[in-house]
Amino acid sequence: MEKRFASIWFPYLLTDRHTVRQPGLRNVPFVLATPVHGRMVITEANAAAEAQGIARGMVLADAKACVPDLEVADDRPGLADRLLKVLGLWCIRYTPVVAVDPLGGLILDISGCTHLWGGERPYLKDIVNKLQKRGFHVRMAIAGAIGAAWAVARFGKQTPFVENGREADALRSLPPAALRLEPEVISRLHKLGLRTVGSFMGMPSSALRRRFGEGLPVRLRWALGREEEPLVPLRPVPPYEERLPCLEPIRTAAGIEIAIGKLLGSLCKRLAGEGRGLRIATLKGHRVDGKSVQVGITTSRATASVPHLMKLFELQVPHIEPALGIELFVLEASKVEDADAVQEALWGGVPGLEDAALSELIDRLKGRKGIRAVYRYLPDEHHWPERSFKEAASIAEKPSTYWKIDQPRPTRLLASPEPIEVSAPIPDYPPMLFRHRGEAHPIKKADGPERIEREWWMDSGEHRDYYYVEDDKGRRYWLYRSGHYGDDSRKQWFLHGFFA
Amino acid sequence: MLTKNISISFGVSIRYADKAMANKSDIVNRLKQDLLRWQGVTLSESHAKQIGLGPVEAAFPGAVFPSFGVHEFISRSREESATTSGFMGGLLSRLMSGEGVCLWISTSRLLFPPSIRAFGVVPDRVIFVDVARERDVLWATEEALKCSGLIAVVAELQEMDFVQSRRLQLAVEKSRVTGLILRCNPRTVGSTACAARWHIRSLPSVMADELPGVGFPRWEVELLKVRNGNPGQWQLEWSEGRFVPILPARQTDRKTIPMRKIG
Repeated sequence: MEKRFASIWFPYLLTDRHTVRQPGLRNVPFVLATPVHGRMVITEANAAAEAQGIARGMVLADAKACVPDLEVADDRPGLADRLLKVLGLWCIRYTPVVAVDPLGGLILDISGCTHLWGGERPYLKDIVNKLQKRGFHVRMAIAGAIGAAWAVARFGKQTPFVENGREADALRSLPPAALRLEPEVISRLHKLGLRTVGSFMGMPSSALRRRFGEGLPVRLRWALGREEEPLVPLRPVPPYEERLPCLEPIRTAAGIEIAIGKLLGSLCKRLAGEGRGLRIATLKGHRVDGKSVQVGITTSRATASVPHLMKLFELQVPHIEPALGIELFVLEASKVEDADAVQEALWGGVPGLEDAALSELIDRLKGRKGIRAVYRYLPDEHHWPERSFKEAASIAEKPSTYWKIDQPRPTRLLASPEPIEVSAPIPDYPPMLFRHRGEAHPIKKADGPERIEREWWMDSGEHRDYYYVEDDKGRRYWLYRSGHYGDDSRKQWFLHGFFA
Repeated sequence: MLTKNISISFGVSIRYADKAMANKSDIVNRLKQDLLRWQGVTLSESHAKQIGLGPVEAAFPGAVFPSFGVHEFISRSREESATTSGFMGGLLSRLMSGEGVCLWISTSRLLFPPSIRAFGVVPDRVIFVDVARERDVLWATEEALKCSGLIAVVAELQEMDFVQSRRLQLAVEKSRVTGLILRCNPRTVGSTACAARWHIRSLPSVMADELPGVGFPRWEVELLKVRNGNPGQWQLEWSEGRFVPILPARQTDRKTIPMRKIG
């Protein structure tokens, strides 16, 4: 599709805003001033003031000498940006892609939008009329390049419409300032007698770059539509979004599920066609009472499978509060990744960590409220038992080291070791008997000690001497003595786990 | 027996030999299998996998460990649940055979992941699910048992009634996942729809040649209930990565070894 851009310029943005609030200022010379180096300098003057020879950049005292009845207001920094942003958001009714032009205007990407207003002329008229009704002076132009539209909006004398490919004709008679150049470059061009864009448009770009810097040829290319200018929209358009407006507000869970099913159907069809799958999706419901509700899902692997995503959303449906009814559903895929459909087919039937059915199960488990955590463990390079394993970052992460089996380890490890009373006759011998929770366990067999030193760079404390012991009933325990054998040997012994 | 009739629907593939039955034992075997089939138990070829439990397997219908079923393990203390975890590890290593993935669902995870490596299970192929309440354990277990991408699901539960176990059993029959339910300190042990009910207790280990130290883990494996099978009691030892049956005669001639200093 042919690209078309509109540039809107507010020549008296801030003074217009003050005039709207105080209608008495309409036909009075009125300026905004701000202190610069200890003197008040005019930052913006309205039409009546400009007619009397007052321009921005003048010192306020000089202006007052020329026009004694000049009205002055303080210019608040940042106000213009905020105002432009509000106007830009208002303009989203005309096109979804609206950007703020820091030089006092707005830029609209209107490709494919104007026919809804019956053509470019009614479209432009509608915007200009509505803005003028709100009290703003507006100039607007439409062209196939942002630079051309900008130039014509500010300096154009004839038609505000520039056809695609005719940018050069439109720009030829305009002054160099129409290219958004820096003041030094403009003054240098003037000094060289290049008073219109047409006078240097045909020069080789290497010559222009040498004389006037990198900026000029780039701006020229942008204005002539030879290169696309980057545009930062106020509200970025989510690339994968589906909308479902409802004739009647939806209030029931069944209705919401049908709506989700429809949205997922069209979104997944598009995703599958592009060979992609979604990772994060958000469902927004705009309610009749003006509020909106939203729920989100995440998947552990990029997927475009409707039944799976439907199951994930079904878990979220109870959290959607429809109140008086939802009239618009918007499904947004905020994170999308490449998903190879061929690979998915290959995985089917092979039960492994990459299995599609397994990742769907994990997504479902993670979506449920009562499930605290779903994780895998990988071996870690630590001897300290509590640190000998770590959580895997993802479901498919490969271990970087191997699981050690050279020493016996209990199948059940107590989260915090429980103190026990022992009778250990000789230092460094396993105890003969230990008492835990009131029960005496005479030890028949024992292995150890296995000394595990504390990792002093991570925490401080005593080392542990572990014993693998078996009592008279054949129950096997993991005991340890904290630190060296000492006087206070009673408080040193702990039960840390149970063996199979 | 209504429950069995709606249960398994994959084809019966008991191969009958073309030739006439050579001897009596063949006829008896065939009749036994017919009986099982009429009772609603089907044994497919893929099903007929020995999992190395030795004499214990003979207690199951068709002398095959029902890997597409829910097994209930009763444990009465923390020591017993540790013992049962070890035995389950041995079962899992046989079922997973190094490839598959299993799920471990519990409300308070006490299993020490590196330990199950000793029973042949690669701990990073186990996915742990921590759950807030028992009700959610049942939900998660049922969801997991429906998933065909798993080999086995271990769930730590306290209470389970007949209806709940029936739901789990039905889920298993569709997906062919093995369900192992570890019931720690159950208040009531009623009838359930599980394929088997186990009770594992630890036995004193035995060291060869009167060496000091603790030997291989040794268990008394008791099958309290087996669907269409014969309950019984056996002694097993886990050594060299497999279950080794202990014959009652062998363990009597051992003496307890006096404790000595080791290491």
